[in-house]
Amino acid sequence: MNILVCIKQVPDTNEIKIDPVTHTLVRKGVPSIVNPFDTYALEVGVRLKEQLGGKVVVISMGPEQAKEALKTCLSVGADDAYLISDRKFGGSDTLATSYILSSAVKAVEEKEGLKFDLILCGKQAVDGDTAQVGPEMAEHLDLPQITYALDIVYEDDKIQVKRECDDGYDMITTTLPAVVTVVKLPYEPRYATIRTKMAAKKKEIPTLTFDDLKTDEAYCGLGGSPTKVKGTYTPNREKNGVKLNGVEANDAGAQLAEWLQTNKIL
Amino acid sequence: MNFIIDEEHQDLIDLYREFAENEVKPIAAEIDQTERFPQENVEKMAEMGLLGIPFPEECGGAGMDTLSYVQCVEELSKVCGTTGVIVSAHTSLCATPIYTYGTEEQKEKYLRPLAMGEKLGAFALTEPGAGTDASGQRTVAELVDDHWVLNGSKIFITNAGAADIFIVFAMTDKSQGTKGISGFIVEKGFPGFSIGKQEDKMGIRASSTCELVFENCIVPKENLLGEVGKGFRLAMSTLDGGRVGIAAQALGIAEGAIDETVKYVSERMQFGRRISQFQNTQFELAKMKANTEAAKLLVYQAACAKDNHENYSHLAAMAKLVASQNASDVTRRCLQLYGGYGYTKDYPIERMMRDAKITEIYEGTSEVQMMVISGWMGVK
Repeated sequence: MNILVCIKQVPDTNEIKIDPVTHTLVRKGVPSIVNPFDTYALEVGVRLKEQLGGKVVVISMGPEQAKEALKTCLSVGADDAYLISDRKFGGSDTLATSYILSSAVKAVEEKEGLKFDLILCGKQAVDGDTAQVGPEMAEHLDLPQITYALDIVYEDDKIQVKRECDDGYDMITTTLPAVVTVVKLPYEPRYATIRTKMAAKKKEIPTLTFDDLKTDEAYCGLGGSPTKVKGTYTPNREKNGVKLNGVEANDAGAQLAEWLQTNKIL
Repeated sequence: MNFIIDEEHQDLIDLYREFAENEVKPIAAEIDQTERFPQENVEKMAEMGLLGIPFPEECGGAGMDTLSYVQCVEELSKVCGTTGVIVSAHTSLCATPIYTYGTEEQKEKYLRPLAMGEKLGAFALTEPGAGTDASGQRTVAELVDDHWVLNGSKIFITNAGAADIFIVFAMTDKSQGTKGISGFIVEKGFPGFSIGKQEDKMGIRASSTCELVFENCIVPKENLLGEVGKGFRLAMSTLDGGRVGIAAQALGIAEGAIDETVKYVSERMQFGRRISQFQNTQFELAKMKANTEAAKLLVYQAACAKDNHENYSHLAAMAKLVASQNASDVTRRCLQLYGGYGYTKDYPIERMMRDAKITEIYEGTSEVQMMVISGWMGVK
């Protein structure tokens, strides 16, 4: 099974800093990591590869420094990595990003001489928290998508996915190729070994630019991004919220609606 | 002189640190209190290549060097002195002498699984009557037909309860004194070999320190390590390497204690101020940090000298002398900054203080290190 894993380099901090003028993430002076949910997606992909054979390729869209994140992925089981980077991609929102990454899928398939059976993403990035890029990629590529996956089992050219939901799990089967987004797993991703770390360090990571992807510039970068950020702020932490413990989701919803009506909010 | 850690070593330090923080630190207090050998982490370290760092890949090792190995022991010891010494004893005292003195067959049979971490190693020199005076070996080995027969006992053997392969020293010719001592590779299951009682120790409590008993223990003839009668030299040169490992353990314990204390004093309030705002706290920690950095340079210097195949006995002795005394000093001072809370097991500092003390004792006491250094200086 050939698997593509899309990863994002994110700042390693819980205190995300946002530039008050451009409303984009401040990356300077903040150490970077691979988005934790993406590391779970990679682990799922590598385990499938170990079981079924094939290849795991990782891609990331971002500046040159995102190669560090790709190297980390190479040290924990990815076979190849590509950086998707071009000035024309700068300032992309989730729609533009998913469009560019979808175009990159085809370009990487050509470079690798294979077809991907499965595209994996983390459920969301911990900096933007939108959870939009994975599902949007599926739409751009016109592929089936399953979000919030905890486990993927392959059988007879299909995958069965255990999807996390509020009240338990859904078991969903789909044909391949497909796009699946992965949540935090009950196990931790593997560590690099000294050998894989050294090998990853030496491995070359090609960069695919605008010209390599055959994309329409109108859908890339700031110009291709319909999202307009009006403002950003850090919400105040308050402790006097009302908590409904030990209540089923349906009942909790009803109680919440009642509370909102009683307090004349609705 | 170049005091910059290159990218390759730094990357591996990051790897060691990530493992130490995520896997070793969370169980450090528990294994100290229960004296439980951390087998699960030894297995994880084996997978990552941490049990064969300085050995070539063709021998099953990770193909790195002594410097990277001591940096691993340092990072582990920052959070758990026990885990640091498990790796140090295995690597320096068991795998290294086989790599240095073993035959090709011995390397294939014993070094490879040790370096790959499939087997754990230990080193047995000390006896009830032969500690610092290691020449007073009472364990004897006699060649009978095609095998050696060992009789005697060893004490204070690190990793003993968990190890598969032991480097054991015994008298093959009592009349020759130290020139009558030989080294052997002994497997856990050899007939007549058993593990005795486990010591109840002050610190490094999970490292499984036990007695070894040899009662007509049968060791194949080909398991002689090095030449007959050259065992004492082999043991001493092995301990030179071991001392760099223990110096790194001591260095790590001191660094770990300082890290924890900096966090504590930045939060603890007394007299309406954080105790980090008092000049006594600032000066204490500044002195500790400066001395610890000095120890680090000595440890790294000794490791680099070994990697460069220079004579490094005196450098290893200096590194161990300074780093171990610093570790005891730093952990004691850090505990003082903690005050009463530091004396409880709710905080790691009392464990670090207990772990630090042994670094002044094993693999040559501080007094032995001073004998080595003064001898090298020609002060007789």
